[in-house]
Amino acid sequence: MAQMQLDAAALPLAQPRRMSFAFLGVVPFFVFAVMFLLWPTAFLMVGSFQDADGHFTLENIYRLSEPTILNAYKISIEISVASALLGAIFGFFLAAAVVLGGLPRWLRPTLMTFCGVASNFAGLPLAFAFLATLGRTGLVTLLLRDFVGFDLYATGFNVLSFTGLTLTYLYFQIPLMVLILTPALDGLKREWREAAEVLGATSWQYWRHVAIPVLWPSFLGTTLLLFANSFGAVATAYGLTGSSLNIVPILLYAQSRGDVLHNPNLGYALALGMIVITGLSNGAYIWLRARGERWLK
Amino acid sequence: MKFLEIENLRKVYGAQVGVQHFDIAVERGEFISFLGPSGCGKTTTLRMVAGFEQPSAGSIRIDGRDVVGLRPNQRNIGMVFQSYALFPNMTVAQNVAFGLKIAKRPDAEIKPRVAEMLQMIKLPQLGDRFPYQLSGGQQQRVALARALAGSPQLLLLDEPLSALDAKIRASLRSEIRDLQRKLGITTIYVTHDQEEALAMSDRIVVMSEGRIEQLGTPFEIYNRPRTRFVASFVGTLNILRGKVIDPAKGVVRVDEQDIRLDQQIPNAAPGEMRAIALRPEAVTLGETRPDRNAMKGTIEEVSFLGAIVRIKVRFKDNLISLDTFNSSASPPPRRGDSATVTFAPADLQVLEGVEG
Ligand SMILES: Nc1ncnc2c1ncn2[C@@H]1O[C@H](COP(=O)(O)OP(=O)(O)OP(=O)(O)O)[C@@H](O)[C@H]1O
Ligand SMILES: [Mg+2]
Repeated sequence: MAQMQLDAAALPLAQPRRMSFAFLGVVPFFVFAVMFLLWPTAFLMVGSFQDADGHFTLENIYRLSEPTILNAYKISIEISVASALLGAIFGFFLAAAVVLGGLPRWLRPTLMTFCGVASNFAGLPLAFAFLATLGRTGLVTLLLRDFVGFDLYATGFNVLSFTGLTLTYLYFQIPLMVLILTPALDGLKREWREAAEVLGATSWQYWRHVAIPVLWPSFLGTTLLLFANSFGAVATAYGLTGSSLNIVPILLYAQSRGDVLHNPNLGYALALGMIVITGLSNGAYIWLRARGERWLK
Repeated sequence: MKFLEIENLRKVYGAQVGVQHFDIAVERGEFISFLGPSGCGKTTTLRMVAGFEQPSAGSIRIDGRDVVGLRPNQRNIGMVFQSYALFPNMTVAQNVAFGLKIAKRPDAEIKPRVAEMLQMIKLPQLGDRFPYQLSGGQQQRVALARALAGSPQLLLLDEPLSALDAKIRASLRSEIRDLQRKLGITTIYVTHDQEEALAMSDRIVVMSEGRIEQLGTPFEIYNRPRTRFVASFVGTLNILRGKVIDPAKGVVRVDEQDIRLDQQIPNAAPGEMRAIALRPEAVTLGETRPDRNAMKGTIEEVSFLGAIVRIKVRFKDNLISLDTFNSSASPPPRRGDSATVTFAPADLQVLEGVEG
């Protein structure tokens, strides 16, 4: 009896102590998140509503509707949508071919490794790689011209353009789509297809009524993730096009670098706009993903 | 002509044989089980009937029509999978309606049919639920309703109960059988559980290593196993090793004691060693009678299993298990006691094949 009371008394003490140790492990994460994510975001948000003297103003937000800025957002969104959609579609077919296509066994791990590397290959190195291959004097451009007799730049192509940037983004968008969609495709059970088949469905009917509805949330969610991914890719864009293409990350870069356009508070507002757009698409991604996983349990 | 005829069916994967020499004729409305250990080719055979696998050789005829080469969606078959395989994006009602919708039946026909099927599986309230909101047993019942909604001519079930726990398994077993009887649908049921096969089937196909070991009614399979494999797979049988003394009169010698059978021993030569099956419930302890075989041995083990007591009696090399009812009036023997067991000649079954 006495022993039992002792145990009962000891219990509530033991519980929180174990908890606090577990928290210790994630402290670096929280410190990091506060220092480099939450604190700067809060700083940005406050800054967006201040003038150079620190007084409250809506001026910066109004200025976002200036034609140059609006246009920059428009082009940014267009490039991101184009690269996200193209990445999603090509990535989907690539992942589907590898998971469902009955291709040789060695192909899948090889592709996955490549995708793991390529999806992280961004920024200046990626920009340089594209300039060195598809630039006006790039290796591939010259090879095509001298050996195939095909002048890429005569077709109007330019790597320092909307098309060029979209193409460059695809280099990491497609692999990212493959990486995220592969588990979802693995989740399609063989028995679903077979059950549909014995019930009279054709292959197309199976895709239309079962596979596509099951994959749809993952597909759409990942497309949104790709959108956010290219929307925020500043280093690649700057590395590739310098300031020749008018997109938000580059405009923002110009505000903070201190050239003629220097206005940090407008920069904050520009960044806030980006955060809002990225945040919305990430939020939708998380929501869709949760829906998708409910089915794949 | 039988409803389902499978002749000389064969399936090889490269050098490996999945199924071979498979012949069977199934009556309309019959419930047939494929029973056998893992890897013996049950699923492979079933999938050839469904059309998911192409036979390497042989023919499959359903209702007189050769179906080899037809796609699964042209065979009018219902199938239930071990993993339920309900479409996760559809409600229970949509799942059940799927086959009818694909067949472009009018809504006015689909709705009452779905309601009827849900009534049949005793889940009339759950039409609007999604599969992930159902228990395993409920999901499997929905899968059954989905398979039956289009009135297929043949129902195939591949270990439909093996993912469920024992209680639900037993109740669903009789539910499936009742439904099958009511609808009169010809059914092939794959299982590795001998109890399930014995309890449910009209006939059982016992399989081993891609071949049919024995085909018969549960009574025949249980009481008259033909081979050592069937005997040991199907029941907790005693298998004795005996030397053939007189094949014509049916006399064998087990551990230096002669015992009689009620029939000749076919294809046997005197002096050969053969395996003999004997069910525990056919054996009694004590009291020799002229019409029964008697063997003297020593009690090796006595275990209480509740209502029955299982006793093991040791002879020289052989061991016989027997079951007696637990009764307070006659306490069971003790270990080391000497004992006499008796059994009728008709209960002995000499198995095929010479023992090494
Ligand atoms: N696609 C395949 N490729 C190669 N071998 C296969 C294939 N499918 C089945 N086999 C082989 O055929 C044999 C029979 O397999 P099958 O799946 O029919 O067994 P089963 O009786 O259903 O077993 P279980 O009870 O484990 O389901 C096995 O030896 C298996 O390894
Ligand atoms: Mg199987």
